[in-house]
Amino acid sequence: MKTSLYINLQRKIILIVLVVSLAPLILLGGIIYYQFAGMYKDKIEEQIRYRAKAQAEAVDVFLKERITLLNTVACTHTFSELTDEKRLSEIFSVMNSKGGAFVDLGIINNNGQQVAYMGPYDLSGLNYYQQPWFGEVVSKGIYISDVYFGYRQLPHFIIAVLRQENRNTWIMRATIDPDVFGAIVRSAQVGKTSDAYIVNEAGVYQTQPRFDGKILSKSHLDTALFGRGATVFELKNGQKGEVLYAGYWLKTPRWLLVISQEVAEEMSGLLVTRNVEIIIIVLGLLAIIMTTVFMTRLFVSRLREADNKINAMNAQLMHSDKLAALGKMGASVAHEINNPLVVVMQKIGWMEDLLEEEDLQKTKNLEEYKTTISKIDHHLERIRKVVHNMLGYARRMEPRFEEVDINETLDQTIDLLENYAVINNINIQTDLSSSLPIIANDQAQLQQVFLNLISNAIDAISKDGLIDIESRSTDSHIVVTISDDGPGISKDKQSKVFEPFFTTKDTEKGTGLGLWISYDIMEKMGGTIMFESKEGVGSTFTVKVPIVLPEKK
Amino acid sequence: MELFSILVVDDEEDFVETLVNRLKKRTIDAVGALNGEDALELMGKREFDVVILDIKMPGGMDGIETLREMKKVQPLSEVILLTGHASVESSIEGMKLGAFDYVLKPIKLEELFPKVAQAFEKKDSHNQKIRSAKIKESLRYW
Repeated sequence: MKTSLYINLQRKIILIVLVVSLAPLILLGGIIYYQFAGMYKDKIEEQIRYRAKAQAEAVDVFLKERITLLNTVACTHTFSELTDEKRLSEIFSVMNSKGGAFVDLGIINNNGQQVAYMGPYDLSGLNYYQQPWFGEVVSKGIYISDVYFGYRQLPHFIIAVLRQENRNTWIMRATIDPDVFGAIVRSAQVGKTSDAYIVNEAGVYQTQPRFDGKILSKSHLDTALFGRGATVFELKNGQKGEVLYAGYWLKTPRWLLVISQEVAEEMSGLLVTRNVEIIIIVLGLLAIIMTTVFMTRLFVSRLREADNKINAMNAQLMHSDKLAALGKMGASVAHEINNPLVVVMQKIGWMEDLLEEEDLQKTKNLEEYKTTISKIDHHLERIRKVVHNMLGYARRMEPRFEEVDINETLDQTIDLLENYAVINNINIQTDLSSSLPIIANDQAQLQQVFLNLISNAIDAISKDGLIDIESRSTDSHIVVTISDDGPGISKDKQSKVFEPFFTTKDTEKGTGLGLWISYDIMEKMGGTIMFESKEGVGSTFTVKVPIVLPEKK
Repeated sequence: MELFSILVVDDEEDFVETLVNRLKKRTIDAVGALNGEDALELMGKREFDVVILDIKMPGGMDGIETLREMKKVQPLSEVILLTGHASVESSIEGMKLGAFDYVLKPIKLEELFPKVAQAFEKKDSHNQKIRSAKIKESLRYW
């Protein structure tokens, strides 16, 4: 139960420390990551927006140049000049030699009839009057077509300009090389997942996209989503994940230049950063968790040790308090018993005296009286002994210091008990250290302690056994151990050994005061008396006498 | 003829009465007193060889005070102090004041007797010395 208390404490500390230290770390990591990711994404969007705009402008410039070139040629030449195939061929080659990127060139009169044609296809004499662009170019002066297959069955688009020559109105029409145009658009394709293409207002591809779709097929883009200027948005796209689209409307035809980019590719830099951050945070977390657990365990185990020490000290204090209180009570009870005892003993003595008188000698129960009186006397003697011991305890004075040789004191005490031991076939062995210092102590009181312990040992063995008496010195104490191979003291009795009136002997033999008095003597001396006992093995009493050197005379 | 005279002083009446009876039975001239004042009064009237005096008596004079007065009235009477365990120190004080010895209560008569005998011997030898000194003194002027 106590253990669970410490485990709970340990858990609580670990939990609190971890929450307090890990939560900010994780929060901080998360916030920084999302802030950074947001900035990174903004930057990517900015880049792709810029690319779309720049590319669109480049395409615009390309188209404008072509228109200018066609206008210049149309304005500087007459209809008759240009309908001369030879002249037209010269002009065509000049235009293309300066990077014109024209596939063919045709002159169409106001009836829609192509009157002159220069190019790889056989398109001379075709009439364009029915073509929708014809009306357009007549009304607006300049026309750029969407890409279409036309007569030649190849995707292409044309630029046509109108020329007013006096009364005569004619049209100059050129086909733009789709390869050149496509290459210009595709030059914006960078990386592995980036695409660049043009769609018309209806979302039909005007150039070949790099990935899904074919030129002139319908793209999945809704061009209405793209507003003025560069528009950027993100779409989910099946296998590719999130794809970023940037679109920019061209100035001249209603074409939309689109640059697309898989977010994942652009974000790979961010992913590396994120992984590094996660690794750092995870390592940090591990370090914090390990340190916290380790430190808390250490702390709790220290706390536990300290608690145990305090508990042990408290128990000892309570024990000595208890013994002291018992002593005081015992002494006052003994004192009260002593007074009537004085009278009773005299009365018994008086009765004994009276039995000697002549007339009583003849009483038939004389012997009975005598034995009764001697029995009473015997038991009064027991009371007297107890009271004597109790009162002796109460009046015990502070130790009187004299020079004491512990070994000599032990030898004297053993001499006193030798006969008693021999009668019971108990062997007393001694192992006394020869280097014990002479100390200042109360010899009579020490002798009483040793006497109690050795006679207890003899009584414990009762017959046939061995008593070991050993003395040695440490820095601060002389340690005397008295061991017997008697039956030992059972666990439940061990805590009561030093209490007054606790005895395992017959009532005839012991008063239960010997160890109690010995304990008190040692306590007052600043020493200790302790024991270890195992049932069936024996008991060892250890007396520690503080070394106080006598004052030099 | 009584062997010698004893005065027993204790506040416990039963104790005094019984002890006096037992001493008398042993042909000792024993008299009891229950307090210091009575004891001193008796000593003023007649001589006692040995006094058995309880050192602790409630009310009136205590043992030590009584002892001091007794030594004034009959300096040659030997006093044996009866003491409880709590008053061993007072007994030592009493011995300094001239008491012969002290005994711990409760005590058996058999244990008390040798002490009384010793006390009497001491007093007797003292008396002998005084007597012979007196004889010497009277002879000087012979």
